[in-house]
Amino acid sequence: MTEKILMKGNEAMVHAAIKAGCTFYAGYPITPQNEVPEQMSALMPKAGGIFIQAEAELSAINMIFGASAAGVRCMTSSSSPGIALKQEGISYIAGGELPCVIANVMRGGPGLGNIRASQADYFQSVKGGGHGDYKLIVLAPSTVQEMYDLTMDAFDYADHYRNPVLILADGITGQMVEPVELKDYKPILELPSKSGWILDGCKGREPHVVKTLFLESDDRLTKHNIHLQEKYQRIKDELCLCKEYKTEDAELFIAAYGITARVCKEAVDAARKLGYKVGIIQPVSLWPFPEKIFAKYKGKDFLVVEMSCGQMIEDVKLSLECKGKIHFMGCGGGWYPDTEQIVTKVKEIYGRS
Amino acid sequence: MEEVKTLKGNSMHYCTGCGHTIVHRIIAQLMDEMGLREKAIASAPVGCAVLFYNYFNMDIIECAHGRVPSVMSAIKRVHPDKFVLAYQGDGDLAAIGTTETLHTANRGENITVIFVNNAIYGMTGGQMAPTTLPSQVTTTTPKGRGNNFEGGPLKVCELLSVLDGPAYIERCAVDSAEGLKNTKEAIRKAFQCQLDGKGYSFVEVLSMCPTNWKMDVKSSIGFIDKMKEYFPLGIFKDVRNER
Repeated sequence: MTEKILMKGNEAMVHAAIKAGCTFYAGYPITPQNEVPEQMSALMPKAGGIFIQAEAELSAINMIFGASAAGVRCMTSSSSPGIALKQEGISYIAGGELPCVIANVMRGGPGLGNIRASQADYFQSVKGGGHGDYKLIVLAPSTVQEMYDLTMDAFDYADHYRNPVLILADGITGQMVEPVELKDYKPILELPSKSGWILDGCKGREPHVVKTLFLESDDRLTKHNIHLQEKYQRIKDELCLCKEYKTEDAELFIAAYGITARVCKEAVDAARKLGYKVGIIQPVSLWPFPEKIFAKYKGKDFLVVEMSCGQMIEDVKLSLECKGKIHFMGCGGGWYPDTEQIVTKVKEIYGRS
Repeated sequence: MEEVKTLKGNSMHYCTGCGHTIVHRIIAQLMDEMGLREKAIASAPVGCAVLFYNYFNMDIIECAHGRVPSVMSAIKRVHPDKFVLAYQGDGDLAAIGTTETLHTANRGENITVIFVNNAIYGMTGGQMAPTTLPSQVTTTTPKGRGNNFEGGPLKVCELLSVLDGPAYIERCAVDSAEGLKNTKEAIRKAFQCQLDGKGYSFVEVLSMCPTNWKMDVKSSIGFIDKMKEYFPLGIFKDVRNER
């Protein structure tokens, strides 16, 4: 029998990162993700890696910019207001095509908000929070085991595509304690050699330059943008993580991700006992968004549940080409859905249709 | 001119009389002399020196404005056996990147920072820098610095010298043959400080910007004398032998 260990979601990310060969972490304290820098400070040196408590979020993300360019697997983490501060560096990292893993354990906003869980950074994460046309690979865990598994996989996606990967978690998945199987690391993708671009001194080779400024000609930056867009298209073609629950005979489809999807699962079971044929589509990769999965159900009735005032619903509508009735339930600022509320909403929708 | 391996030999984009050209050459000569090129990783900072990689024949990372110290801290931690050079101007180092500068120095990161101080923003066309002198007219201090709550010139060597982290801090100027010689020796000591693993070394170089000072080259040399009144030359900290 595989041994399972009880731990918080935040701690699971640390264990997964170190198992995956991450040897550099820089971060800044912010609730509700403090277990990440705390655990990193203890475990990273033991694993022979580097831990730096940065003086600021900007410094932390720029340390990741440097560490990634230096060729190591690296990670930073924060929560919403801190991730907002990191956006400058994230744009440079994406533009420079540097692999890294960033975790956002979302809390309520806007502004300083509160420290309750939230899903209000969806737009920032999947549409590009910093300047310029770029995309992050965005993964949304809903269990502590997924915090572990997706963090481990994130390093492979980052290296395979030379692209930053964002773990989009929330205060609940970060703080809740569940049993976790600490799986051994085995690459899930081909990992290209980094020897052609990393900075480690030019002995025996031509110098390498990591840069995001392209002034060589009028179309040099355009060409770089086209190159990035081609890469993003390749990621879209190859990467689609999505879970379906009781969708085979469903009449009403709930779309939800992260911790919200788990609440919805319980609500689906309860609603089915009352005779409502409800199922769930749970995107795990938020970018690329599982458009094709949604497209299968074009024209069906949907209920989108989010711990925000309605962000992922836009991607759901786009994927469904706005066909069928698309309902919404959610609010920002630390509102959590519960089973009863969702079942009531399902009844309401049935009453209407 | 003698061939310098650390330089690519491309003609530089800097204006006539600009101090960057001189500082570049001093750094490159030293890197040749000390055999550092193949183990070096340097920064290209936002500002006039952003095209650093067009001139230097070594590994280079172009950093966001002000973030050079954080980027270079990480690179040095990952590659402690390599030579890490942070090249920065005054806006980058002492305005938008003050936080990074202060904390990198305070951590005593084993890197070398070369700070080119020309008391003005060059690349953007002559706006006030954190090191602009009192009464100095710039495009954003049309009545001279000090008439609109701009404060005074930020004295970085003095600020950093009170911290425990740094091992070596010196201010020089490239306004004369002697100044060039002193600057080269200061930078040599700073480089050696890093190679010996003594920790953070910092050399500020007072440098000419005739274009944005709106002066001819000869007068710009004279302006450095004025800068020295606020930025006295000398060694501000040297604890290399205590480490």
